[in-house]
Amino acid sequence: MEFKDYYSIMGVARDATQDEIKRAYRLLARKYHPDVSKEPDAEARFKEVGEANEVLKDPEKRAAYDKLGANWKGGQDFNPPPDWNTGFEFSGGGYTGGDAAQFSDFFESLYGRDFSAARGHRAQSHARGEDHHARVLIDLEDSYIGAVRTIALQVPEVDAQGRVAMRERKLNVTIPQGIRAGQHIRLAGQGAAGFGQGKSGDLLLEIEFRPHPLYRLEKQDVYLDLPVAPWEAALGTALNVPTPNGVVEIKVPAGAAAGNKLRLKGQGIPSKTPGDFYAVLKIVLPRADDEADKEVYRNMAAQFKSFNPRSKLGV
Amino acid sequence: MDSDKLLPQLSGIILEEQTGLTLADVCRACAVHAEYIIELVEEGVLVPVGNEPVSWRFSGVHMRRATVSLRLQRDLGINLAGVALALQLLDEIDSLHARINVLDAE
Repeated sequence: MEFKDYYSIMGVARDATQDEIKRAYRLLARKYHPDVSKEPDAEARFKEVGEANEVLKDPEKRAAYDKLGANWKGGQDFNPPPDWNTGFEFSGGGYTGGDAAQFSDFFESLYGRDFSAARGHRAQSHARGEDHHARVLIDLEDSYIGAVRTIALQVPEVDAQGRVAMRERKLNVTIPQGIRAGQHIRLAGQGAAGFGQGKSGDLLLEIEFRPHPLYRLEKQDVYLDLPVAPWEAALGTALNVPTPNGVVEIKVPAGAAAGNKLRLKGQGIPSKTPGDFYAVLKIVLPRADDEADKEVYRNMAAQFKSFNPRSKLGV
Repeated sequence: MDSDKLLPQLSGIILEEQTGLTLADVCRACAVHAEYIIELVEEGVLVPVGNEPVSWRFSGVHMRRATVSLRLQRDLGINLAGVALALQLLDEIDSLHARINVLDAE
């Protein structure tokens, strides 16, 4: 089992006051709260901070933890010394941090008595099981046509010896057509088992799209950068353009400018009110490598003598 | 990979796209008292359709907001006005991120 350095997790000195610990916790909780944070490991960090706070904010638990000594380093292999907590009296009822079931083996080995007491108490009531959350990466195309994806989740499970171990759980999940990034698929009854006769919780899958090499997304609208040659923009043309629905022909009107958006209504992510597809024009200049190419540019310069691309700059 | 095909295929609903949810539905889903949801409506965190609590209709997006509000209050010790502000700013950040994503061409 790994030793957890609660002081370094909280970023406070070993002799920090209870007020300092409270401040540090508030700061870290805001930073890593899974509903607020954009950090990829926010959920794990938030749990870790919650566990550290559970110990350090409680003078009794903290004193017992301090008794282990200052020589331990986080991640070091650890077994609690026998009778390490003799002489301490836990008044119990200390699980204010909500989710004691999420705490580490390390925590449980130190404060296990309270932990099992809390559990035994819960088992007698008929509470609904907790909802589980997971994030799932899908491709944009999956949302266009709907799909079935196999998803592997890491689930903490209590084994026969009462230890918590991670188990891989695989699910085949239907990805509904039209789902957008940030939305959640709710799989009823696939969360944690209920207590007593309580029902199982739900499994909530938060959808995230893999970055796409061609398309970008804003809500249900899909954007594509469409490179065009200067003469295509100036004279107008019809072009074949890829969309997640397949290749379509788009008309570029004569006199189009860079940054113009050509809209294909309803060709974004499908839904009751489907999104739109936008091709954003980018004008790409051919290089003037040889004399003949340069001559074309010189002719253009002669032809467009009065054209000043910097007229807005006032020079 | 073939064994994956033997797994049962699960279908769910898109949480955010549920509509016509009653006050009771939202309370049950979030495991809170009606008073809490009413407070959220009074604070403007949730804006249901309908005038009276009995005729209020919520969407899945509201349900999700209520859950997030609950967690923010519990975990960060902020009051309802603080939660309302946080949610509003989070919404703004989300739409700004989406904009950046679109503009960030290269």
